[in-house]
Amino acid sequence: MTGIRKVGVCGAAGTMGSGIAIVSARAGFETVCHDVDGEGLERASSQTASFFARSVERGRMIEEDRDAALRRLSPTAELDALADCDLVIEAVFEDLSTKQALFRALNPICKDEAIFASNTSTLSITQIASGCGREDRVVGMHFCLPAQLMKLIEMSPGINTSDEAFEAAWAWTEAAGQNPVRTQDRPGFILNALLVPFNNDAIRAVEAGIASPADIDTAIKAALGYRMGPLELIDLIGLDTQILLSEAFYPITLDPRAAAPALLRRMVAAGRLGRKSGRGFHDYEGSAMYGA
Amino acid sequence: MAYAIRRSGESRSFPTGDSFLTGAAEDADTVVLLGVPYEPDPSRRAILIELGTECLGVHTGESAGEEGSNAVGFARYRNGDDPPSDLVELVRQPNTEDRAIEAARAVFEGAGLTVVVSADRIGRIVDRLVRPKYNAALRLLDDGLARAEDMDMACRLGLGYPDGPVERAVRGGLAYHHEVSSALFVQSGQPGDAPARAAVVARERSERR
Repeated sequence: MTGIRKVGVCGAAGTMGSGIAIVSARAGFETVCHDVDGEGLERASSQTASFFARSVERGRMIEEDRDAALRRLSPTAELDALADCDLVIEAVFEDLSTKQALFRALNPICKDEAIFASNTSTLSITQIASGCGREDRVVGMHFCLPAQLMKLIEMSPGINTSDEAFEAAWAWTEAAGQNPVRTQDRPGFILNALLVPFNNDAIRAVEAGIASPADIDTAIKAALGYRMGPLELIDLIGLDTQILLSEAFYPITLDPRAAAPALLRRMVAAGRLGRKSGRGFHDYEGSAMYGA
Repeated sequence: MAYAIRRSGESRSFPTGDSFLTGAAEDADTVVLLGVPYEPDPSRRAILIELGTECLGVHTGESAGEEGSNAVGFARYRNGDDPPSDLVELVRQPNTEDRAIEAARAVFEGAGLTVVVSADRIGRIVDRLVRPKYNAALRLLDDGLARAEDMDMACRLGLGYPDGPVERAVRGGLAYHHEVSSALFVQSGQPGDAPARAAVVARERSERR
């Protein structure tokens, strides 16, 4: 059972924030969608309506449930609108000071028993909570992209998180139809701790002339049954994002595998960012492949 | 494409009963060596040498990066004791003849397998990438990051993998994982390639039996 009835989502104009808001509203929770970007909020509201419409078309939701879910969503640009939320989930820019500032601003606005959750994928929950005034009621709640489709949530307590707050947040994820797994407050939690170095290793294999990007992706898919090869995945998430992830990890872990490979930096400098720029390890405008 | 097989003992790529064994001709321009010592024969179009964790150069010799002939290494990927996958990794040296690679590709693709080409490095493509990941997962398990079950579930649900790194490493055999990781570590000296504690334990237990 969870005592959480009303949920706030900060950064709700973004891809992750709007997906989290869908999860919450779809599960029956009143959901306040906050973002400072008013136009972005309007765009997200429109995309959310389209998502629910497709859910109805595909038979995953009936019209009455769609209408009810949409009514539960309240877009706002005012932080004060989060005052009576039981749980506030932040999905704002992945920057420690930005997240800290948000929680510090929310602390005097929200009721004392409210839980703050961070959707960070790389930052420390303990550091995000530090100085916010309710360190015992801050938890890590990392959704996977796209949040409205993926069931996994990595849940992590900070050093000062109370068992009661963690359990209440955990219960909410289950009530929202998600599959939580417990992890520790360490860089990358489970997924990114394994994925970021693995992807860097694949880049280093290209750099060392072990095989072509196409053969590396084919090998991993055929041998392991993965739907996507590591270089295809990097192209999808963006080579510049892979650098940011590496730079978030390496200074903390000092794991050589987490350091951004030199080839990755050269490719970003050359404007090869992956799918979004039309070229990465694969060419999305032609058939050419980069590398060996 | 026609191929002949010279075989001694059990092959990891093509265990007894595999249809690839029965599809072989008595003799052919392309010869597949399964556990049989390599002898150079330039008259053949290709000589395909099954590899374990070793480099092709162990069989053919090397000459300061100029090596290469009609000899092509290969291994059908297996996760330890799991059945062989559909992937065949071909191994070429700097001057391996293109027509030998083409012949190897034709032989294995003709048998319905997926073929990729790797440079002659320990671990080839797949083990070079997955063994450090399994070591990392086993170390994170030791460090108390999460339960094995949760780590595996995270990879299945979060990344869409058919299985997680811990269950895969354990299923394939941790002693085997130790063998492959050790071979990688000798070559690379990278900490991530060094076998994780659990693999060392499994290896030592297997030696006691």
